[in-house]
Amino acid sequence: MDVLLPRTLEEALEMRASRPGAIPIAGGTDLMVEINFDHLRPDAMIDVSRLPELRGWREEEGALFLGSGVTYTRILRELPHLRALAEASRSVGSPQIRNRGTVGGNLGTASPAGDALPVLAAHDAEVGLVSAARGERWLPWDAFVLGVKANALGPDELILGARWRALSGPQSFSKIGTRNAMVIAVANLCFAMDPHTRSVRVALGSVAPVIVRARDAEAYLAAELEVAGAWDDLAATLPSDVVEGFAERVRAAASPIDDVRGTAAYRRHAIGVLARRALGWALAERADEAMVS
Amino acid sequence: MLIRLNVNGEPREADAWEGASLLSFLRDDLGLPGSKNACEQGECGSCSVWLDGELVCACLVLAAQVHGREVRTVEGLAEGDRLHPVQEAFLGAGGVQCGFCTPGLIVAVTDLLERDPSPDELAVREALSGNLCRCTGYQKILDAVRLAAERKREGAW
Repeated sequence: MDVLLPRTLEEALEMRASRPGAIPIAGGTDLMVEINFDHLRPDAMIDVSRLPELRGWREEEGALFLGSGVTYTRILRELPHLRALAEASRSVGSPQIRNRGTVGGNLGTASPAGDALPVLAAHDAEVGLVSAARGERWLPWDAFVLGVKANALGPDELILGARWRALSGPQSFSKIGTRNAMVIAVANLCFAMDPHTRSVRVALGSVAPVIVRARDAEAYLAAELEVAGAWDDLAATLPSDVVEGFAERVRAAASPIDDVRGTAAYRRHAIGVLARRALGWALAERADEAMVS
Repeated sequence: MLIRLNVNGEPREADAWEGASLLSFLRDDLGLPGSKNACEQGECGSCSVWLDGELVCACLVLAAQVHGREVRTVEGLAEGDRLHPVQEAFLGAGGVQCGFCTPGLIVAVTDLLERDPSPDELAVREALSGNLCRCTGYQKILDAVRLAAERKREGAW
């Protein structure tokens, strides 16, 4: 086994191109478990954890670019105003894990339980890839994560990061697991309201092979918010049958399985609970805003 | 491969298998067995060390990734026979039973109090969420944190 230590992205891309079997390693919080337990013995690894080009983020005119190498701890420290992303980051692992883990790693591993992934999906994020031969290309999130632990990364490519437009309304990330730290989600969900477009985004994780946008639930809720006058009136509430209708449609959007962490039935139930609570938090936040203004 | 780094303030170097974790590099190649191997998957925190000042699980860092870097381990806390105030606090509060989790917890607690000298209860629990203890039930560990924080406020460190 070889370990390659590039100093720049350019060097890393050359290495990637010349050693097709070389696996990129950043925080190592997924990869090292595989190595430690002999599940993986790559021909080579390329350390991308310190490449300066992957460790930055930029906010320009409401658009965010988040480098693949920004750790969850740095997201919490430097981007706390990106609420759902910050909440998702905080829910990952432990301080030790958050100091190393990255959104790039979530994308690279492409697990349906990756906590950053519902946030990216809710924001219609694009994933940036780069290679020495072809330069940059950008894929919609659902064209990059293709299945359980399967993504569209080319053998000579590295993940640059993700980009998306910020949303103006209340948003949250929530997660269910056996502890409130160090858990792989049994179900997780990102909810965002976008008053600007009068739309709602609901992205579900751990309840299907990939992240699911609950489109039916989104359309239903956006329409019911319109009926209730809630887009214009911050203090407007929704009748309980509408809240249940929303949760029901979120449950219907899930296609969970039984596995070691939980049953399909529990996951379906849990995702409905997360949906109902997330909606409640969003409406409460708007009501608070109404009182202040 | 030869890995050169700074450990507890001193330049060190040793040969390591390319796939070795920092944990096995510290224990097997550098003669620093203070960091413990309980889970090898970043769940228990018994291997907690600082890499360039950040608290990490050494089992999840590839040894090669620390080439040219600074690592601080539990062995770097005491000064000769003088224990670090966090170590004293664990003794004072009775927060040690079998001792296996202790090095990792002492590193995590030191990290917390260096960054936040007066953490509230929730901040302490969140800061230690990456460390598991099978013996104590955590109460005396939390007492040790409070004791160490008190000592810090008194200027002991």
